[in-house]
Amino acid sequence: MEAAKPSLTIAPQRSRVLELLNLRNLDGIMLAASIGLIAFSVFTLDSASRHEVAADPLYFVVRQSLYGVIGIALMIAVSHIDYTRLRELRVGIYGFIVGSIAFVLLVGTAVRGSTRWVDLPLFQFQPSELAKVLLCVSLAAFVYERIRRPFGIGQTLRLLALGLLPAGLVFLQPDLGTGIVLVAITLTVLFVAGIPWQHFAALGAATVLLAGGAYLGGSAAGVELLHGYQQDRLTSFLHPSDDPSDGSYQVNQAIIAVGSGEKSGRGDDATQTELLFLPERHTDFIFAVIGERFGFMGAAFVVFLYALLFWRAIRVMRIATSYYGVIVAGGIVAMLAFQAIINVGMNLGLMPVTGITLPLISYGGSSVIGTFLALGLLQSIHAQSDARGRH
Amino acid sequence: MYLLDRPEDIPPRLTNRLNLRIAILGAVVVAAIATVLLRLWSLQILDGPHYRALAQDHGVLDVRVHPPRGEILDRDGKVLVDNRTVMTLQLRPSDLPNDRTERRRELAKLGDLLGLSQREIHQRVRATPQYAGYPVVLKQGLDRQVLFYLLENKESFPGVSVERAYVRKYPEGTLAAHILGLAGQISPRQLKQQKYRGLQPGDIIGQAGVEYRYDRFLRGTAGSQRIQVDALGRPRRTLGNRPAQAGDNLRLTLDSGLQEVGESALRARGLPGAFVAMNVHSGAIVGMGSYPTYDPSFYTEPHTKSEYDVFGNRPGDPLVDRADQGGYPTGSTFKPITATAALEDGLITPSTIFNDTGSLDIGGLVVHNAGGAANGPIDMSTALKVSSDVYFFNLGLHASASGRGGQIQDWAFKYGLGRSPDIDIPNASAGLIPTPTWRNRVYRSHKNPYIDRPWNQGDNVNLAVGQGDVMVTPLQLARAYAALANGGTLVTPHLGGRIVNLNGKTVERIKPPPTRRLRISEETRSVILRGLERAAMEPGGTSYPVMGGFPFAVAGKTGTAERGTGQEDQSWYSVIAPYDDPQIVVTVTVEHGGFGVESAAPIARSILEHYFDINAGGASGTAAASAGGVE
Repeated sequence: MEAAKPSLTIAPQRSRVLELLNLRNLDGIMLAASIGLIAFSVFTLDSASRHEVAADPLYFVVRQSLYGVIGIALMIAVSHIDYTRLRELRVGIYGFIVGSIAFVLLVGTAVRGSTRWVDLPLFQFQPSELAKVLLCVSLAAFVYERIRRPFGIGQTLRLLALGLLPAGLVFLQPDLGTGIVLVAITLTVLFVAGIPWQHFAALGAATVLLAGGAYLGGSAAGVELLHGYQQDRLTSFLHPSDDPSDGSYQVNQAIIAVGSGEKSGRGDDATQTELLFLPERHTDFIFAVIGERFGFMGAAFVVFLYALLFWRAIRVMRIATSYYGVIVAGGIVAMLAFQAIINVGMNLGLMPVTGITLPLISYGGSSVIGTFLALGLLQSIHAQSDARGRH
Repeated sequence: MYLLDRPEDIPPRLTNRLNLRIAILGAVVVAAIATVLLRLWSLQILDGPHYRALAQDHGVLDVRVHPPRGEILDRDGKVLVDNRTVMTLQLRPSDLPNDRTERRRELAKLGDLLGLSQREIHQRVRATPQYAGYPVVLKQGLDRQVLFYLLENKESFPGVSVERAYVRKYPEGTLAAHILGLAGQISPRQLKQQKYRGLQPGDIIGQAGVEYRYDRFLRGTAGSQRIQVDALGRPRRTLGNRPAQAGDNLRLTLDSGLQEVGESALRARGLPGAFVAMNVHSGAIVGMGSYPTYDPSFYTEPHTKSEYDVFGNRPGDPLVDRADQGGYPTGSTFKPITATAALEDGLITPSTIFNDTGSLDIGGLVVHNAGGAANGPIDMSTALKVSSDVYFFNLGLHASASGRGGQIQDWAFKYGLGRSPDIDIPNASAGLIPTPTWRNRVYRSHKNPYIDRPWNQGDNVNLAVGQGDVMVTPLQLARAYAALANGGTLVTPHLGGRIVNLNGKTVERIKPPPTRRLRISEETRSVILRGLERAAMEPGGTSYPVMGGFPFAVAGKTGTAERGTGQEDQSWYSVIAPYDDPQIVVTVTVEHGGFGVESAAPIARSILEHYFDINAGGASGTAAASAGGVE
């Protein structure tokens, strides 16, 4: 634990102003890809919602731009802090995650039947979005504390429990999507930290047994573990064209929308996502909007930007100077890649509909800001490795 | 390779494992991205044309679902306008059979069903703007039998559809009809306007009154239903449903109790007229009515063009909102404006005395006080109290006027006269403040037989007492008096109070900023207000017979405008209350109502009594009418 301390000195001081805006230690490709994604989001919202809110056609554009600006500022700010210090705050951060999710669960406002939001003076905030990045930071710290000694199965289970507690609370809200993301982060953090294969195998087997048992036992006892609509969503992708009015309806329409974009998109003739009642077309199904309006060129461009982002994020894992940084970066890679791939997969009919947003592209302040915070951490890990490399 | 640069705090036993695991993570991400790209390629490039055809499938029909418009409430939440649902029978002429005889046969069958003659159907079609796909409402409120018959025999009635529609309902009948306005089908011309983008033929928008101005809140958002139809056009199943969103509700500043008092007082008088009651500080209108009025529910039923014409052209022009569209000479209620001009421009001081001998010689023409009274030597405040015409004739004689303005004219403009007030209902009249340029131009054009000579100073003398060519609406006059009452702020009058969404949350407060601030010295203001207060509260004052017994002091001015020979004068009254701490201005006018104190002032008094919750009684209206008054 002490060993990490000496490497923490940041680059020597230059002019204060330059220091403040110093972007030299940032990963330029990652920065460009992330700004490219938020810009594409605003561009899409602008062209897709121009005719929508009669009184205020720029409603989504203005807000998303504002979230983007705030997010980028926070990202640059976070990239200048020493992320290794966050380790010392792990208990506080973890407490905040669990506390804020529990708080929302108790008093948050209900949006579409589930409680995920807190009303702040200026806007509603969704703590579970922030929980994703904070879980990366705190869980990685807990893992790091135990990394000196070989892992016992008991330790693995304790760490797993730490990750699954907030996931379980989020699941209770009920927010299936974010819960799954938190589980993915937890597993990836443990994976990167080097938990033995046998433990994963044992966990996998236990999960299958438990889930099967609970499902059978639950149905026998008349207890529904998943809400009806969640079940529908999760299973409907297996049989997509049964009936247009059931859970697969959205996926069906999304596939038609994306497909009808052909090579270069339908532009303003994009009727499928305009008229076609995709209920979450600014958030969960925005990729279908992109696919229809801008065609393969637009959709593949977005995928390309993500590929750049993930490449640079994984590269950060390899050049990090602290093992803590490696684990945090691993969690963030999981968080970003898992969301992006599941969301795009859902828009293309490859994955079940789970209410997972597309990072930086989906409309929404909490999601955009949470993602930029995560990118800021990656940049901070990157900056410190660079700084060390120059000595 | 950057792999050489390993973290220094990593336990050695983990180094290889870490490399492997990062590689696995990377491989998973690469595989996932490759899968996504392959799927995109397959969907968009390989199968793109197939999906494009599906998206443009003509076997899918989008049916527009109309939203209910928001309700309009008075300031206490009492419902003035809401909706009822009716089944309507709509005809889309463009979808009728092309064959002439077939078309005739269908229309004849339809006419039998509905009890309409062929003529009536044609008239209704003609009364609706022609436009591709424009639905003509043939009948509202169908019998169940007819409804089921039509639904079962849809195939034999192409172009005919039965739809559920929302129609405006007016629980308070004619109350505030002019203010509330109307909602109706969007016209082809309106469809092209930027502010109605996204609307379609058959959509309902506000067409008059606050319905028009606050349409974007009240309108709501249409939903749609996507229906799959087979080759014959019969619905097979519902593919999707985007529900319509009801419009927000509009809370007015109107007090429906006061409105009722004002309207029934006008109705009782039986002469065309109008009233305005407005908060002097905010411009919030608490009551505004016009008589005769009309029943707005007439427009919620389909009618033929001639029925519409008859309804709109009944005697007394009931559709005209006299409160903000009726421009009239104001008679002596104009005097405070002349007084402001004279005092502020230094023509006189508050203590300047004129000897009112009852008449004044202006260049050979002798003009008299109304009723021929002579008031002797008087100052400004007394001149206002007794409404001495001679005093103000004198001011008109000495006030300069040239080109597009003049001393009195400029102040009238500052008080908002001669300009359309920016009230939140359309078509408010600008009225007219006569200037030399204006009169000379109209004279030269020979367009108005009454303007039979160019401008001379006599016109200015007339203007000084609100006679002649001047035209002012009751709303404009109320606004000018409000500026006098509140210290010189020309408020922006408004009827809208706030917009409330369906959850009862206020989404917008309507608080238009004042139009401008006038620079009137406190001395001028207090002299004029004092004169108006004496006119109302002191024996001998022009409105004392009506207002003298009021429980607290008010400041009011009568007006009696000549409307040409052989016609009764027009009665005006404008009053600010309370005098000590002005809150409200009430302006009333009654066409052919005679002296201001006879018709207008009693109505204003009953409005004030309601506003201040004073039980009517004592010296009120009727007794005063016989007392007459000296203008």
